[in-house]
Amino acid sequence: MTPDKSFPPAPAGAPGATNGDLRVDLRLIADMVCPGSRVLDVGCGDGALLQVLAQTKGVDGRGIELSMAGVRAAVRRGVSVIQGNADTDLADYPNGAFDYAILSQTLQATQRPRQVLEQLMRVAERAIVSFPNFGYWKARWHLMSHGRMPVTRGLPEEWWETPNIHLCTLKDFLVLAREMDIVIERGVALNEDGTVTRLPAVGPWANLLSAQAVFLVRRRNGGARPGGAAGPARDADAP
Amino acid sequence: MDAPRNHTTVVGQDRPIRLDNGIEIGPVTVAYQTVGRLNADRSNAILVCHALTGDHHMAGVNPVTGKRGWWDGLVGPGAVLDTNRFFIICPNVLGGCMGTTGPREINPATGRPWGPGFPVITIGDMVTVQARLLDALGIDQVFCVIGGSMGGMQVLEWTSAHPQRVFSAVPIASSYRHSAQNIAFHEVGRQAIMADPDWHGGAYHERGVTPHRGLAVARMTAHITYLSETALHRKFGRRLQDREAVTYGFDADFQVESYLRHQGSTFVDRFDANSYLYITRAMDYFDLATEHGGKLANAFRGTPTRFCVISFSSDWLFPTVESRAIVRALNSVAANVSFVEVDSDKGHDAFLLREPEFHETLRGFLDGAARHRGLPALAEARP
Repeated sequence: MTPDKSFPPAPAGAPGATNGDLRVDLRLIADMVCPGSRVLDVGCGDGALLQVLAQTKGVDGRGIELSMAGVRAAVRRGVSVIQGNADTDLADYPNGAFDYAILSQTLQATQRPRQVLEQLMRVAERAIVSFPNFGYWKARWHLMSHGRMPVTRGLPEEWWETPNIHLCTLKDFLVLAREMDIVIERGVALNEDGTVTRLPAVGPWANLLSAQAVFLVRRRNGGARPGGAAGPARDADAP
Repeated sequence: MDAPRNHTTVVGQDRPIRLDNGIEIGPVTVAYQTVGRLNADRSNAILVCHALTGDHHMAGVNPVTGKRGWWDGLVGPGAVLDTNRFFIICPNVLGGCMGTTGPREINPATGRPWGPGFPVITIGDMVTVQARLLDALGIDQVFCVIGGSMGGMQVLEWTSAHPQRVFSAVPIASSYRHSAQNIAFHEVGRQAIMADPDWHGGAYHERGVTPHRGLAVARMTAHITYLSETALHRKFGRRLQDREAVTYGFDADFQVESYLRHQGSTFVDRFDANSYLYITRAMDYFDLATEHGGKLANAFRGTPTRFCVISFSSDWLFPTVESRAIVRALNSVAANVSFVEVDSDKGHDAFLLREPEFHETLRGFLDGAARHRGLPALAEARP
């Protein structure tokens, strides 16, 4: 799910990544996961987060990754990863198969973000979602002053080459979550460099001043799993 | 360094083996190769399942052909299947012709070769015999079952029939069932053998002949399916064989013809025509979904095994979609599965060839699984 990134092969027998090697937003995500839980990392890249979760929290983790380079790197780390796509392959998993589904910097690159969210809430009790904030003042300023699609540190590609086809603001996400009966349990607003801001992620200032955010969400009252357009699990055993 | 050792053992003496077709056979001789050493708690065994025309000579020099084993480069100290860490077992399949009971071997009841009287066998029967071999070796659970093509079918059968005996499993370039196209190619091969006047309804051993022309044609056809169009073109193109121009005849003008004829003629020296019939039939009959009420996922429900499914992008005999179907079924029962499609233009045969990406993936998976199994890490392994 992280297109156009290549993952350097982990040398055989290399020591695993430690918390210190993790991207700041991944470290934040790792902190939100309870020890011993079942985790699905959608768009897991080279599996660094899953490896850390397995090593430090005894997590039973699975990954989905679009790029073959990422998949191979993850398998070499000893992480269970399949080559696949958030838009199509989440349907294969049974209801409630995981405690957490992680979608890190991937939501905005999916074909149907709402359906992906529905699938996340179906396969897991909780989801941890991080994404770049298109409402960040630099993006707004870029658009207003240049009249062109923003190119910032968090959104470095030109419009014609970016994998981010469904960008949204923090507010957009919160509105969708409310519509989908998704409860925000935690939200952390981040700066461009991934450091944590003191701003409440659900408030108006974060929507202007933070470059990205991480949300821990769950279904309201652990209630009925949304069906909707995403529908139930695919009848995967069709063959 | 431990050299590969070839053994034979007899199973099913006290308790005959009941085949899927209801017939009981026994005793059954099993020829197998081992490399490395079984550790004290018998937890480091890897069972390697060979493909249709392979045999148990996976490493070292095959005494029949004088050539290196079919996975020689993958097995050894420090290799992907690291014999410093793992005890590798490769048995010749039931119905084979390299020492395990099969149509070429002597039927103890008659004192003559089984020939066409050999019962029709299945992939499940092959696995049953392998399970008896593990019983005889005192191995309750293997660390990994691994195999390509028909070997991958055995891997899947193992995980389905004996889930508790398989800690991890690697089906490579394989499928949960033979497709119509797969069956069709096999049928062409079988018809070629049976059309050879020297086949004699399968009783050729008694007449001192072999249907070598039919078997060679079967091999030639099959060999084409093992290669990608790209690989075949790269290897031969339209180049002519030892001549400047076409001869306006039916000699092997083209290099590719000469190559296929060579493949056919060397194959008949080492392989039994009846074995070819029986083993191809076993593959055709394989359908793990149908065996489980039409739902492949049922074959894996509650599986404790760690899977790594591997396919090759240019394999048109067992294409990636087949592997994806396995992965989808495993996901639907929340099994522990990794899936990698290796980018290769070498076709189905890629699993037998030097494919660094494939080998690195396999090494990484085995290393990760070994850690979960509590086997010594790389550095701690016996030097």
